[in-house]
Amino acid sequence: MFSIFCGAVTWSSVLLLAVLLFQVSVDGFRWLDWQFIDSFPSRFPERAGIKSALVGTIWLIALVALISIPIGVSAALYLEEFAKQGRISRLVEVNIANLAGVPSIVYGILGLAIFVRFLALERSLVSGALTMSLLILPVIIIASREAIKTVPVSIRYAAYSLGATKWQTTWAHVLPSSFPGIMTGVILALSRAIGETAPLVMIGALTFVAFLPEGPMDSFTALPIQIYNWVSRPQQEFHELAAAGIIVLLIVLLLMNSTAIYIRNKTEKRIR
Amino acid sequence: MNDFSRQAGESGAHSQMRKKSVLELRDVSIYYKEVRAVKNVSFNIRRNRITAIIGPSGCGKSTLLRSLNRMNDFVEGARVEGELVFANEDLYGNDVDPVEVRRRIGMVFQKPNPFPKSIYKNITWGPLNYGYKGSLDELVERSLKQAALWDEVRDRLHDSALNLSGGQQQRLCIARALAMEPEVLLMDEPCSALDPISTAHIEDLMFELKERYTIVIVTHNMQQAARISDYTAFMEMGDLIEFNVTKRIFTRPSVQRTEQYVTGRFG
Repeated sequence: MFSIFCGAVTWSSVLLLAVLLFQVSVDGFRWLDWQFIDSFPSRFPERAGIKSALVGTIWLIALVALISIPIGVSAALYLEEFAKQGRISRLVEVNIANLAGVPSIVYGILGLAIFVRFLALERSLVSGALTMSLLILPVIIIASREAIKTVPVSIRYAAYSLGATKWQTTWAHVLPSSFPGIMTGVILALSRAIGETAPLVMIGALTFVAFLPEGPMDSFTALPIQIYNWVSRPQQEFHELAAAGIIVLLIVLLLMNSTAIYIRNKTEKRIR
Repeated sequence: MNDFSRQAGESGAHSQMRKKSVLELRDVSIYYKEVRAVKNVSFNIRRNRITAIIGPSGCGKSTLLRSLNRMNDFVEGARVEGELVFANEDLYGNDVDPVEVRRRIGMVFQKPNPFPKSIYKNITWGPLNYGYKGSLDELVERSLKQAALWDEVRDRLHDSALNLSGGQQQRLCIARALAMEPEVLLMDEPCSALDPISTAHIEDLMFELKERYTIVIVTHNMQQAARISDYTAFMEMGDLIEFNVTKRIFTRPSVQRTEQYVTGRFG
């Protein structure tokens, strides 16, 4: 009885996703062509495209990955391997867990205050990436710590007994063994970042950009913002454009995830 | 004490040239937080001999063994009192680098714990860390030969170590420890996870290894201690009950408790 119930719940969520995808495809598919991908936004739906949003998103995700992966993984390593277990480390732990639950708009406000205003980074890609990194750091740290915890202590002892320092042990054994788990956490976190809109709206990403960002200090737009912009227009054509934009966003997401899964499986095999 | 120091001298002139004791334990006590797991233990570990530590579970024998190369440092709340003299220095002295200690005093664990890497890398990783400059191929061959594993794995050195059988993995762990050319090799029940044939392999191996190394082994298996060791320490509840030449311990122990244990009346 229970298993039937669980099965029903599972399948209904899958069904819901399928319906959503179907609806989006029906609406957006006829707009999806190379012209759509290779054009800047326009007042005329038939000339509008998502080039600047797509490029902005790719820039953003690359920067977020560059910023958040080293910091997040180092923080996890520090907490698991180096920090003394005590009241302070527990406090940090609880805080990180709480940070993972903070609504993204709050991070947006924080980003606006610190990066855009205080550090005067303006409404640039860097501001956006830093804000997004703050948002996903807790997720990366928590997932990485879990992955590091699964590395058997006997491996660490083996390394220490060979006269290895803590750092050598961490670098050569703990990190590679926990790499697949860390990758999974990073993928999930980056996927969250790619779909976030609120913090970007907050820090003032533009909605109508007719140029490509050329460096991290340029202003930008991103896919979710472009989609949001199109949806809020009255014309039916723009709604369909938004659907096409969603398809592109989903494709980017799937591409990213499958690459990461591929990398993960490959390294897993190497370790086994 | 005189009795067995005379026996230790029997091996001939060449060993008398060197100091006979490699490690001297003087009044060693080990605490886990407030619990005293080892109480005032004193004995000497002789060069090129196998010293066995036996005793019932929880008697502190593994704790004592781990203190000999400072592996207890990783156990939270562990504290060592007394002196452990190695190469004229207290192992727990302030200016002693525990990493250096572990390079010179190797360890083999209860369960085989090869790194999830190739056989080759398992051997070379330790020496490369401290800047080994010689030929790696020779190092691998020499270490595996010393651990009597070479013939079985020579054709698949770059396969994962995890594909080996349990007994082979344990010999790989021994080879890995030997590649560091330690002065002392500590073995914490190295055969307890192995079948009798693998156990026999490793016991034979220890006989060969004592030519070059000093071995301290913790074992549950009294027959094993009787078969392979030169000296035996019997511990109970953290106390060293008796330390003597193995033959004495198993035939004419001076403490009644020892006799009861080695004849299997308890434990």
